[in-house]
Amino acid sequence: MADKIRLEIVSAEEELFSEDVEMVYAPAEMGEVGVSPKHTPLITKLKPGDVRAQISKDEMKTFYVSGGILEIQPNEVTILSDTAIREDDLDEERALEAERQAKEAMKNSSSEIDSSKAKTELLQAAAQLRLIKKLRSNTKK
Amino acid sequence: MSGSQEIRTQIASIQNTQKITKAMEMVAASKMKKAQDQMTKARPYADKILNVIKHLAHAHPEYTSEFFAQRDVSKKGYIIISSDRGLCGGLNNNLFKLVVENIEKDSSSSIKPAFSLIGGKASSFFQRMGGDVIAQTSQLGDKPKIEQVLGLIKNTIDSFISKDIDEVYIVYNKFINTVSQEPIVQKVLPIQTEDKNEEYDYYWDYLYEPDAEAVLESLFTRYIESLIYRGLVENLACEQASRMVAMKAASDNASDLISELQLIYNKNRQAAITQEISEIISGAAAL
Repeated sequence: MADKIRLEIVSAEEELFSEDVEMVYAPAEMGEVGVSPKHTPLITKLKPGDVRAQISKDEMKTFYVSGGILEIQPNEVTILSDTAIREDDLDEERALEAERQAKEAMKNSSSEIDSSKAKTELLQAAAQLRLIKKLRSNTKK
Repeated sequence: MSGSQEIRTQIASIQNTQKITKAMEMVAASKMKKAQDQMTKARPYADKILNVIKHLAHAHPEYTSEFFAQRDVSKKGYIIISSDRGLCGGLNNNLFKLVVENIEKDSSSSIKPAFSLIGGKASSFFQRMGGDVIAQTSQLGDKPKIEQVLGLIKNTIDSFISKDIDEVYIVYNKFINTVSQEPIVQKVLPIQTEDKNEEYDYYWDYLYEPDAEAVLESLFTRYIESLIYRGLVENLACEQASRMVAMKAASDNASDLISELQLIYNKNRQAAITQEISEIISGAAAL
C-alpha cells in the first residue's frame, strides 16, 4: 500500500473533509501544487479553484474552495478554506461599509433617544386610554 | 359584580401574555440548539488555525509581523459582540457592565477606549456613552456568516496596524451551559503565543509562497477572524439560552399570577352568591 497523508479541509463554518489520502492537488496562488506524503513544510495562499484529493488509485474527490490557506507538514495537509470570496477591493468595500454604518449610527444616536422617548409617550397614552375606557364603563352602570 | 368582570379580563390578558412567552421560550430553545451546532462546527477551523500558528512559532520565520507588536498602550480597542434583540435577561447589560468597569480602571492610567460594535444593543449603549467608534454592524440574524463581520474586522486590524489603537480585545458572552453564561474580555491583538520558549532540537522553517509577509498576514487575519466568529456564534447561543430562561421565568410568573387572580375571582363570586341567597332568605322571612 502506498504512503498516505492526512488531509483536513476546514472552513470557518464547518469541517469539510478529514481523511488519509494518497495525493492532494490544490490551487495555490503561484500555480497548482501536488502534495504527496513527506512533502517539505510549506505554507501558501490558495486562490479560488478545485482541491482534488486522490483517496485511492481510482477514487478522487473534488472540493471547491473560494480561496484560503494551505499548510503542509510532512504527514499532514491542512486547508483553511474561506467561506467568502476574498478580493482586496471587496474587503475594502466591506470595511468602508462598516465605517459608514458607525458614522451613521453616531449621527442617529439622538434618534435612538427620540425613539425611547416616543415609546414612553406611547405607553403613557395607552395608560390614559385605558383609564378613560374604565371611567366610561363605570358611568354606564 | 364589576370587580369580577375586571379580574376576568385581567386573567385573560395574562393568559395571552403567557401564550406569547411560552412560544418565545420554545423558539429560543430550538434556536439555541442550532447555535450550539454552529459552535461545534466552527471548532475544527479554530483548532487547525491555532495549530498552524503554533507551528509557526516553532519555526523561525525571518519575518516578524506587525501582529505581534507590543506597544505602550494609550488606546485600547474593544470589539463588542452583543445581540440585536432584547428580552434575553441581563445578558447584554452584564457584558456592558464588564466593559465599563474595564474602561474605568484604565481611565486612571489615561488609556482611552475605542469600539467596534456588533449587534444593535451594543450600538445604542455605547453611542449613548460616547467614545470612539471604529466600526459598527448589526442585524446579523440567527445564522451569522463570517462575511458580515469582515469589514468591521478589517477596520479594527487596520487601526491596530496604523498604531491608532495599541491593543485589541474581544468582548462576548461565553457559553458555559444553558443556565449560565459568562461575559469575558479576551485579548486578540497583539497575538499571544503561549509556549514560545519550548525548545525544539532542530531548526526548520516553512517554504513560503509567494513570500512570508503576504502569507503570514493573511494567516493572522484569518486567525483573528476565526476568534471573532467564534465569539459571535457563542454569543448567539448565549442569547438564545438566556432568552429561553427569561421566557420560562416569565411564563412561570404568569402562571402564579393567574392562579392568584383565579382564587380572588372565585372568592368574589362565592361572596356574591352568599349575599344573594341571604338577601332572598331574609326577604322570605320578612313576609
